[in-house]
Amino acid sequence: MSELFVRDNDQVDFAPNVAGRKARAGLWNVIFLAATLVGVLSLVALVTSLLDSCFGYVIVQDAYAWADVATDPTKKLEDLSQTELVTLIRSTAEADLTDLTLGRLKFLEMDRTLEVRTSEDLRSLVRKEILKSEIKKSWSLTESLLQANEIANLQKSKYPEGQLAFRSWLTPNFLTQPQTGGKAETNGLRGAIIGSMWIILIAIVVAFPIGIGSAIYLEEYATNNWLNRLIQTNIYNLAGVPSIIYGMLGLAVFVRLAEPLTSGSLFGVQDVNGRTVFSAGLTLGILILPIIIINAQEALKAIPNSLRYSSYGVGATKWQTVWHHVIPASLDRILTGTVFGISRAIGETAPLVVIGASAFLTLDPSGLFSKFTALPIQIFTWSQMAVPEFKHTAAAAIIVLLVLLLGLNTVAIIFRNRIKQSKDAL
Amino acid sequence: MNPETSAGLDLKGVNIFYGDFHAVHNLSMTFQSREITALIGPSGCGKSTLLRSLNRMNDLIPSSRTEGEVIFHGKNIYDADVDPVQVRRWIGMVFQKPNPFPKTIFENVAWGARINGYKGDMEELVVTSIQRVALWDEVKDKLQKPALALSGGQQQRLCIARTIAVKPEIILMDEPTSALDPISTAKIEDLLDELKKSYTIIIVTHNMQQAGRVSDKAAFMLTGVMEEFGPTDQIFFNPKNPKTEAYISGRFG
Repeated sequence: MSELFVRDNDQVDFAPNVAGRKARAGLWNVIFLAATLVGVLSLVALVTSLLDSCFGYVIVQDAYAWADVATDPTKKLEDLSQTELVTLIRSTAEADLTDLTLGRLKFLEMDRTLEVRTSEDLRSLVRKEILKSEIKKSWSLTESLLQANEIANLQKSKYPEGQLAFRSWLTPNFLTQPQTGGKAETNGLRGAIIGSMWIILIAIVVAFPIGIGSAIYLEEYATNNWLNRLIQTNIYNLAGVPSIIYGMLGLAVFVRLAEPLTSGSLFGVQDVNGRTVFSAGLTLGILILPIIIINAQEALKAIPNSLRYSSYGVGATKWQTVWHHVIPASLDRILTGTVFGISRAIGETAPLVVIGASAFLTLDPSGLFSKFTALPIQIFTWSQMAVPEFKHTAAAAIIVLLVLLLGLNTVAIIFRNRIKQSKDAL
Repeated sequence: MNPETSAGLDLKGVNIFYGDFHAVHNLSMTFQSREITALIGPSGCGKSTLLRSLNRMNDLIPSSRTEGEVIFHGKNIYDADVDPVQVRRWIGMVFQKPNPFPKTIFENVAWGARINGYKGDMEELVVTSIQRVALWDEVKDKLQKPALALSGGQQQRLCIARTIAVKPEIILMDEPTSALDPISTAKIEDLLDELKKSYTIIIVTHNMQQAGRVSDKAAFMLTGVMEEFGPTDQIFFNPKNPKTEAYISGRFG
């Protein structure tokens, strides 16, 4: 690019070099674009690898042949009626030919008797308890797509009695089934989802009011003295403390020291120790407290003093000023900070491990004083398993966790936008 | 304190500090009832600081400290048993930048009266307050609309309506027209003449013409010291202090 509008004396005082400056700007432009692309690519890679593990071919094989079990082998399992299925299950248990003993049947009926169950439910019971269908081998989505022939050949040569099926690991059943242990395919997330919701609920109920209260005190009431500065510095530091430290705190304070309270023994609950939903919720509540305080403080700081002065100017007290003007004007920003807190809490694993999450829990966490597990704990446990099929359930659980996180954030953002709209209308 | 009478203010030996900075030096003066007093002087001379000390707004600035007496109805408003919240209800304030509440027009006027426990007919109070600031014709159809949708001049008149709705005796105004256009400014100046009949008004202004037009008395301040205080005509046309004359004639400031 040649220099335009050049005057004689200009050459002495200036060297505009527009082309050179623009070239440098262009270089930075490319660097920033590349950085953005790296970020996007890693996100895409994450989601792809998760989805890749969620679907794929499996080889299913029954331990007991249908012909050996069925009263009438010419009829298929799918064709039997509900009453026929009940008869089949009861006679098989009495004959004691398979792993389904009378004792096992009694255990299974503790929940609901066979007679009240649906045919579909009974069929899956037959597969699980009598035929002992089990996944012998599994593949990821890419493997299934790229090596379909090899997989089919392998099935014919190594598992001639097995069946090749395309399986989605992320199914409605996966969400609603409790943990069963044993085989990966029979496990579900029910307990972990309920546990996570409980813990988040308690954490928010604890951290939101305390956090907002502290923020209001520090921003609106506290004078600038050494004590308040010390408190402020510590809150900033606490926000950066590794989460496992909060786990240690929860273990020492909530699980051990406050055991009568957190185990519910004060309220007559028995047979539970302090490793409960309540302890977990309190621990995560303390963990997100500094995040909520700092964000709420920033929200309050963003309110111009002119609003406070206009309120004082007509003879309002400090509390009237805060309650009628400052909080309504900052509520949307305060909620944004709370969303950060929720997002942090829902993914926390280390503190829950420390305070003693149950790695294996078949009963739903049903209240404050239940034993608990949570989604990240479940993912952690499954990813540690030696059986390769668990990597599929872990991937599916991660997707559930991400969707739950997105869902909670969406609800909070909709709520926040509604407040913002009504605020902007004034 | 009777709202029907409009009291003045007596200042005795007022000193104001921000930390170590001595902003207002040993100032004694009397603001007459139902008069407009203009505080003039160059930027940083302490006139806004003085104004804010008159209804204890300075209390909100952490490092500020006020010594001396500000006597209102025979009582020093800085006495230990006086709550600044009570002071501000009788000595209201209008700020430089219009700052209505982010609420409806109606609520802007009603809020102050409500928190002060107004027992009368709120609707009537809001209407008369808005009428007194000559804003009624412009907003009568949109009382439930947001106040922030009004123009700057309208917002400032609404802020004055909000102030008079709590029935104060003294209104402090801190450069109330400096953020407004000339037409809005003229409307507010007209309004001041009207409000003077019921209230004692103390106004800080950088606009010499405005001070000359609206005020009965004027006080000239320089670096925290009150150099001259007297009838506006005297300050503007026959100043006794050479510094006042220099400032008025535009030689500095």
